[in-house]
Amino acid sequence: MSRLPAGQRHAIGFTLNGKPCGGEAEPRMLLTDFLRHQVGATGTHVGCEHGVCGACTIEIDGKLARACLTLAVQIDGCAVRTVEGLAPAADRLGILQAAFKRNHALQCGFCTAGILMSLDNFLRENSRPSEQEIRDLLTGHLCRCTGYTPIVRAALEAAAEIAGDVSRENSHA
Amino acid sequence: MKPAAFDYVRADHLDEVLDVLGREGGDARIIAGGQSLMPMLNMRLAKPKTLIDIMRLGELARIEREGGNVTIGAGVRQAALLSWPELGEALPLAALALPWTGHAQTRSRGTVCGSIAHADPSAELPLVLCALGGEVHLRNFKRRRRVPAKDFFAGMMATSRADDELIEAVSFPADLNRCAFREVARRHGDFAIVACAAVATKNGVRLAVGGVADMPVVREFPRLEASALDDALNLFAYELDARDDVHASARYRRDLVRMIGADLVREVLS
Repeated sequence: MSRLPAGQRHAIGFTLNGKPCGGEAEPRMLLTDFLRHQVGATGTHVGCEHGVCGACTIEIDGKLARACLTLAVQIDGCAVRTVEGLAPAADRLGILQAAFKRNHALQCGFCTAGILMSLDNFLRENSRPSEQEIRDLLTGHLCRCTGYTPIVRAALEAAAEIAGDVSRENSHA
Repeated sequence: MKPAAFDYVRADHLDEVLDVLGREGGDARIIAGGQSLMPMLNMRLAKPKTLIDIMRLGELARIEREGGNVTIGAGVRQAALLSWPELGEALPLAALALPWTGHAQTRSRGTVCGSIAHADPSAELPLVLCALGGEVHLRNFKRRRRVPAKDFFAGMMATSRADDELIEAVSFPADLNRCAFREVARRHGDFAIVACAAVATKNGVRLAVGGVADMPVVREFPRLEASALDDALNLFAYELDARDDVHASARYRRDLVRMIGADLVREVLS
């Protein structure tokens, strides 16, 4: 058993997008704040802070999680994936990101980081999803400006590309 | 929207959990998946001095089927139950209700026992536990006890769990296979405005209603003709302690109970 006292900062070691990472946090620090302010990974957005809006959705050990409903101290020893891990290189978009761009599936982009993480996780295990399955998944996110239609279209297009039904080589712009 | 300060205890053995709960009682809270407790902490509706994390205890992460019961340990996440291969055959009511329990993004973390511990009156898993007549397995440092669902829930987010007790598991009877579930919510996965579960029994139907009163309400109905059933449901809906809130009026909730209730009773008896 380990007891981490309140008011003191404790070392946390984990992997972030495949690379070893670490930091210090008090027990009460949320993972959202830890990622943004201690690690400097500001791709994960902070919306409602009670698990409703989905903007802070990330992956912990391969499973989706709301970073705002997770304590930083809980991820010690875990593998964390955030939106920063989606692009294959600094100047290239991943398949899902490129589909979002083509389909105008984002305007302000506040909800986008979380939606991308949910879809990335879902498409890995569901290579040929139906529109209804995508819409069910998106009930866990709130978008207040784009509307869901182009998001659904982008998700289905990315799914087809990942499944090999469509090739868009050299069209990452 | 940040939690107040607390000590964080990462337990490696069940004895440690029971020891800390025994010493600190109501000042300590168990955290499992955190999908109910973390919002309470963030909003400072709960300000425990100690949080005890039980998710590293492998012994609590088991789903066991024996003697006509399915027992689900405190570490079993909702997503794990939903993907349990025997779910549809052993607990069809849970299979119907779980897709309505939060979203994929919260079921991946939230636990079955955590939802029952939280006892939100509109939550699906407490409703299923009541509809099936399941039991909550409680344990403190010196004894274990099992509490039937009808005696466990005590009001809005209140239960008969003592401060030093851990919910070790919950168990559901696995032989109630004729069942139906329906929910009305503003957005799929949000808290229910009304959720109803119906289970066929030897003499008729057991109907459980969530989202209306301060805890799930269960009523047994004998086999009735159509008009007699409508009368009985009308009386049941009238007697429910329904409340107005920003999402729906008490009257609308009662209407939903009458309509959904009638549909579900006919569905399980057909």
